[in-house]
Amino acid sequence: VVFQGEGCRTVPLSGHVGFDSLPDQLVNKSVNHGFCFNILCVGETGLGKSTLMDTLFNTKFEGDPASHSQPGVQLKSNTYDLQESNVNLKLTIVSTVGFGDQINKEDSYKPIVEFIDAQFEAYLQEELKIKRVLHNYHDTRIHACLYFIAPTGHSLKSLDLVTMKKLDSKVNIIPIIAKSDAISKTELTKFKIKITSELVSNGVQIYQFPTDDESVAEINGTMNAHLPFAVIGSTEELKIGNKMMKARQYPWGTVQVENEAHCDFVKLREMLIRVNMEDLREQTHTRHYELYRRCKLEEMGFKDTDPDSKPFSLQETYEAKRNEFLGELQKKEEAMRQMFVQRVKEKEAELKEAEKELHEKFDRLKKLHQDEKKKLEDKKKSLDDEVNAFKQRKTAAELLQSQAQQAGGSQTLKRDKERK
Amino acid sequence: PHAGPADRKNEAAMSELVPEPRQKPVVPMKPTGINASLLGYIGIDTIIEQMRKKTMKTGFDFNIMVVGQSGLGKSTLVNTLFKSQVSRKSSGWNREEKIPKTVEIKAIGHVIEEGGVKMKLTVIDTPGFGDQINNENCWEPIEKYINEQYEKFLKEEVNIARKKRIPDTRVHCCLYFISPTGHSLRPLDLEFMKHLSKVVNIIPVIAKADTMTLEEKTEFKQRVRKELEVNGIEFYPQKEFDEDLEDKTENDKIRQESMPFAVVGSDKEYQVNGKRVLGRKTPWGIIEVENLTHCEFALLRDFVIRTHLQDLKEVTHNIHYETYRAKRLNDNGGLPPMTVETEENHESNM
Repeated sequence: VVFQGEGCRTVPLSGHVGFDSLPDQLVNKSVNHGFCFNILCVGETGLGKSTLMDTLFNTKFEGDPASHSQPGVQLKSNTYDLQESNVNLKLTIVSTVGFGDQINKEDSYKPIVEFIDAQFEAYLQEELKIKRVLHNYHDTRIHACLYFIAPTGHSLKSLDLVTMKKLDSKVNIIPIIAKSDAISKTELTKFKIKITSELVSNGVQIYQFPTDDESVAEINGTMNAHLPFAVIGSTEELKIGNKMMKARQYPWGTVQVENEAHCDFVKLREMLIRVNMEDLREQTHTRHYELYRRCKLEEMGFKDTDPDSKPFSLQETYEAKRNEFLGELQKKEEAMRQMFVQRVKEKEAELKEAEKELHEKFDRLKKLHQDEKKKLEDKKKSLDDEVNAFKQRKTAAELLQSQAQQAGGSQTLKRDKERK
Repeated sequence: PHAGPADRKNEAAMSELVPEPRQKPVVPMKPTGINASLLGYIGIDTIIEQMRKKTMKTGFDFNIMVVGQSGLGKSTLVNTLFKSQVSRKSSGWNREEKIPKTVEIKAIGHVIEEGGVKMKLTVIDTPGFGDQINNENCWEPIEKYINEQYEKFLKEEVNIARKKRIPDTRVHCCLYFISPTGHSLRPLDLEFMKHLSKVVNIIPVIAKADTMTLEEKTEFKQRVRKELEVNGIEFYPQKEFDEDLEDKTENDKIRQESMPFAVVGSDKEYQVNGKRVLGRKTPWGIIEVENLTHCEFALLRDFVIRTHLQDLKEVTHNIHYETYRAKRLNDNGGLPPMTVETEENHESNM
């Protein structure tokens, strides 16, 4: 085979060909397929995670309210089918439950990390299958992690730092300050600066809105400077002026959710959904997932080819491992079968024993019964004999009596006759 | 009462190699969705624009192969399709070079741009196909080339550290040129298509269609379609890959009426009715290539480029490549590791 054109040169077109419709063709296929977007909300109880989600997606998500009765950190997940114009979105929202409630929070981050890893694992397993259906796979990997920071106004809690550090290589983290109507404007600025510097000094990599595409570079660049976003959530609508708006009413005033002077909610929505949703998905797949996959495969002992090994050594390693694994499986199966046979034998013996006992019991009872019956019959017979004997005597006695009477009667008759 | 992703039954032993995570996830994902009705505009439909921007930035690859006897106008047709000198014959190769003694595979790559969309187009020519006296098994080098590209992709895909975008040299579309004899398909045509329709998307075209009248064309097409059906040859768009009713209706029409497209190619322009058109000049008239009453070139162009290009790539990736991969991974090391014979060999494994 001869290949020419490694350093491909651009060739001019002499007319309209029509492949400029390619992006449309691709997009149409994706639209027909539908999209997936998965958000993870990490934050302490009471920071308004569910309310914020309701506000972001302009809907009241039905879900059972979280029960905070479990001891450790739990993750609750719900999937919703949303539709807007011709876009079908499968939105999955995962929230932590009970995060930060424990006395000892050393292991609080673990369930979260495990959950994220589990989604990568599921995808990896599908990817490694021989017969796989990747293009129809329901992608459950987390595309964005909203980290809710409590509005203390001071600094990040150590739990926050530890958790974010553990998550930053696994997921796109977007830190937000929750319930930010609790902080005044000046305190907020100081708070944001403090948070950002703490994140930097601890080496926490949060998600940066991409600035490589000129069309979005400017807006993304500006937004990057506003992180962490100070947000407020509310699903209640109040009449302000002559419009209905999402707001929170206080005796001293009304906080409008979508007023950029009041909070950064609009910025969050813009960045998360309207500008960077696709980038978040792409980063998850090309960066975080690849990292997970690489580490996992290396952990399992796979290596890429070294200079002088055969071209497909991964397959050979696979084969070796697979045979090893199958061998183990067979051994286990054999052991199980032996055990099963053994158990069956034991059970069988037990049953036989029981059967024997039953038979003996039955025989005994039967004999008892027969004895009893015989006794009864004997008694009956003797009773019958007595009755017969009695009857005989009675008959005999009666006969005698009647004879005697007759004799006496005829004598009386004779006497009477003589008297006459 | 739920099955987490870690519980999913593994169909293949291969995936059983990946050990189960030590613990199940704390709360597994429920894939069934609850319908939530939106109370206002959110902006999730902007994802279409976001996606479009990203694809324009990364650009597209397209690899098209042309197969057919010498002299059927393959190179000209490709040049006409892409309105530029993209075929082998135009890239400084000797026009009078001899017909090779065996089938050769020659791939040329160019970058073309239109409306902000950049495409790396690779045209793979197969000179020597069907030109020998004895053409037995002349499809084999072609099948081998196609499988080599799948192999290359697979190798890259199974790497631990892999490229962000795996270079795609797989053949997305194979145009098979049928000689306009007017009678029926030749045994070589049937043999080729029978073998190759299982590994690549084949689009049969009737070449040099200006040698047939309209009636002859219609009859010939019908006969060809019948023969293909009788021989169980599934050309693109394959019935079994129709995704939904809409696809099926659209594709049925193409399969049963339009294909195989009877085409004429030309890279020369002539003045007709005050317009510059691509055409072939004959003593009895000018055959306008893009005129639907003259030939079906425009149908072929629209089909391959304007409506089904992305689908050709997807069928190649999701079906043909997956079939190759499954077969390759299933063979218990029975297949010797394939050596990739292209000149790019030296750059691999470094």
